[in-house]
Amino acid sequence: MSLPIPPLLTYALRRLVQAVPVIVLIMVGTFLLLKLAPGDTVDALVGDMGGADAQFIERLRIEYGLDQPVWVQLWRYMSKLATFDFGWSFVYEQPVATVLMDRLGTTLLLMATSLSIAFTVGVALGAIAARRAYSLTDNVISTLGLVFYATPSFFLSLMMMLLFSVKLGWLPVGGIKTIAGFYTGWDHVWDVALHLIMPTAALSLIYLSFYLRLMRSSVLQVADLDFVRTARAKGAGETRLMFHHIMRNALLPVVTLFGLQFSTVLGGSVVVETIFTLPGLGQLAYQSVIQRDMNTLMGIIFLCSIIVVVVNFLTDLLYARLDSRIELS
Amino acid sequence: MKKRLLGLGVALAGTAGALAPQTAVAQDVKTGGTAIVHMISEQRTLNPALRASTGVYNISGKIVEPLIDKSYDGYEPVLATEWSSSEDGLAITVKLREGVRWHDGEDFTCDDVSFTAMEMWKPLLNYSSALQANLESVDCPDPHTAVFNYSKPMPIDLFVAAMPDLGHPMPKHLYEGTDILKSEYNTAPVGTGPFKFVEYERGQYVMAVKNEDYWREGYPYLDRIVWRFIKDKSAAAAALEAGEVHESGFIGVSMADVERLSNDDRFDVGTTGYENNVAHSTVEFNHRNPIMADLKVRQAMYHGLDIDYAIDTIMRGFAKPGRGPVPSAGGENYTDDVKTYDYDPELAKSMLDEAGYPVKDDGFRFKLRHRPAPWGEYTQLWAEYFAQAMKEIDIDVEILTNDAPGFLNGVYRDHDFDTANGWHQFRSDPAVSTMVWLRSGQPNGTPWTNQFGWKSEEMDQMIDDAASELDPETRAEMYHQIQRKAMEELPVIFAIEHPFISVTSKKLMNHHNTPRWNSSSWYDLWLDQ
Repeated sequence: MSLPIPPLLTYALRRLVQAVPVIVLIMVGTFLLLKLAPGDTVDALVGDMGGADAQFIERLRIEYGLDQPVWVQLWRYMSKLATFDFGWSFVYEQPVATVLMDRLGTTLLLMATSLSIAFTVGVALGAIAARRAYSLTDNVISTLGLVFYATPSFFLSLMMMLLFSVKLGWLPVGGIKTIAGFYTGWDHVWDVALHLIMPTAALSLIYLSFYLRLMRSSVLQVADLDFVRTARAKGAGETRLMFHHIMRNALLPVVTLFGLQFSTVLGGSVVVETIFTLPGLGQLAYQSVIQRDMNTLMGIIFLCSIIVVVVNFLTDLLYARLDSRIELS
Repeated sequence: MKKRLLGLGVALAGTAGALAPQTAVAQDVKTGGTAIVHMISEQRTLNPALRASTGVYNISGKIVEPLIDKSYDGYEPVLATEWSSSEDGLAITVKLREGVRWHDGEDFTCDDVSFTAMEMWKPLLNYSSALQANLESVDCPDPHTAVFNYSKPMPIDLFVAAMPDLGHPMPKHLYEGTDILKSEYNTAPVGTGPFKFVEYERGQYVMAVKNEDYWREGYPYLDRIVWRFIKDKSAAAAALEAGEVHESGFIGVSMADVERLSNDDRFDVGTTGYENNVAHSTVEFNHRNPIMADLKVRQAMYHGLDIDYAIDTIMRGFAKPGRGPVPSAGGENYTDDVKTYDYDPELAKSMLDEAGYPVKDDGFRFKLRHRPAPWGEYTQLWAEYFAQAMKEIDIDVEILTNDAPGFLNGVYRDHDFDTANGWHQFRSDPAVSTMVWLRSGQPNGTPWTNQFGWKSEEMDQMIDDAASELDPETRAEMYHQIQRKAMEELPVIFAIEHPFISVTSKKLMNHHNTPRWNSSSWYDLWLDQ
């Protein structure tokens, strides 16, 4: 007697069940680690204010529940989280869920665009470089890749800003939209797009070099394998050989990297978001550490661990699709 | 650079009036436009009656007004029109301005003042809870008279000096019966000021628009003010240069950019407008360490510091040597007739020898663990200079780098340091600011207070007496005594006195024309474009 559940679904369910203890472990571990850091959000707040008296500080600690032992705090947090209640951010004086949702869009837009550009352009350039290995084209592509790979993102961002905003005046310095511009409809879309050009370019150029270098070496490696020689002997043309035989196999390590990088997508890019003052999750995470905003930080980490689990699952599916030797079990 | 330095000297000398930028005189005022201001950090709250902090005032100052503000001509009536004290100093009567309305249309009355004083200033507002500790009640004999009743004499000079920072009434009708700390109006303030709050987009900006119903006829000039949060200092400098931001205050760009932009015709760079926001860069000692408890050692260390060099290289000349707990901007309470310590490393070395700390085999006399405050670039540089200068006199200094909560706990709660450095802001009157650095008995863990293990009963008595002395002249003399004693015994070295620095676009007119300009209401600010 067979169950009418498709194998893919069983697989997905099993992965889901496995994910729960992983996420619980991550959350408990992070909570304790953060508690080990010196100082709490009240210290950070008092630092911001330039001082406060003892009663004030004591009252805030009680208000924030920080006077309780760590285990009580952990228990309170975890039981709330079990009902998907992320708690209250004492820094933003808003529910954490609201704070996160406000930032999610910007980060997703920035990271999805940058990663897609980096992936497609990187893979294409890498393949071209490998096919013309050691030629002038290859040298130019590889050298440029190396340069962008070696450039720190803050430097690249600031130099772009200096050229395109300060000297040429073509692009806005930062932010997500023109404040007090009050644009609506397509004008608004255009305005946001203009603001995203530099940060997206800076991020893509840095990510691009990873894909380029990996793809180039992967194609070179696959091109020497027996099955490629066989295909060529059977009379496959260069184009078919490249797309059908070499690239499909060469893509496997690149997809692994893509999966890995996509897992960090919610973390955003702290540096690029900070320099271009984009209100994203990366900047939020950094601020939350400085301010010891536990609830917000835990919320971000929770979101991130879920994304990691989901993306790992999707990557495995994609593997099975690309390489028929791999089975989902 | 020479010219600017001269200007600074005059500004610090406190001779006011002549300092206000002479802009509006020659030109006709243009109305309208949006002024855009750079802010480094986001604010948790915008309610100045719950949080005394220049970061809050920088925004809230345009929306919520204090009873009294400070101008270069002295204290200026805002929501209060006149004030007086009873003979015994136990009652202070304040007349309130009539015909003022909150942004939601309700009348501003004594009920608002009484409610805010008893529910926010006394129990909740930092610094103010110490100031108003003896406040018993606020009576309202009529809607526009408020009587503050104290159980111990309150010097009216102290009361008035505190009001610009610690005297913002909030609307009673919006707060009464709610949880004040969780009120939605704390991040969307309703005030009586020239600009009305519009929105606060976290991580991006705060916006306020012109209040058409403002009580000063014909003001404000601007249509709108936008505060943009730019954390990265280089990006902030780029935004100034690209014309996307008009002003960056409180040293919002790096010191290198301050110097570079001060040679740029498009900007006014300087310390004018910060006379009330002066701070001291300090060296703090942990007197629990027997070496630090030795007065001779502390004096020798002071002799080992080349303050003028530090002012030139770190502060780029925008500062002057400190003379104890009251800065030169402290008015009549300041004196420069105090013991000073010239840079003399040879003298420092021989003093250390005399104190019984000769150079040992490893080349050093002793080793110090130093905690630098992470308050921005110049504080870090001052820590590095301190370590370098101490090495010259054979003291080994290990710098323990930490972030803000780590620093505050390490120094003020756990006392896990030998020396530390940071800065401490002077707030108009010594009684509400720097005295907590010298008075013993501060509860453990309170930042920016005497957590140094230094205790002098004589000093404690002097501080307490000065805080309730009603005669201004006697009071000033008492603070001179405190300053002299602090410079002799060096519980803390108030090494460098520095105002903050602003970079301002020349398109802004009437800027920095009060001694606490970034915190003031900007009703007369306009944009020339």
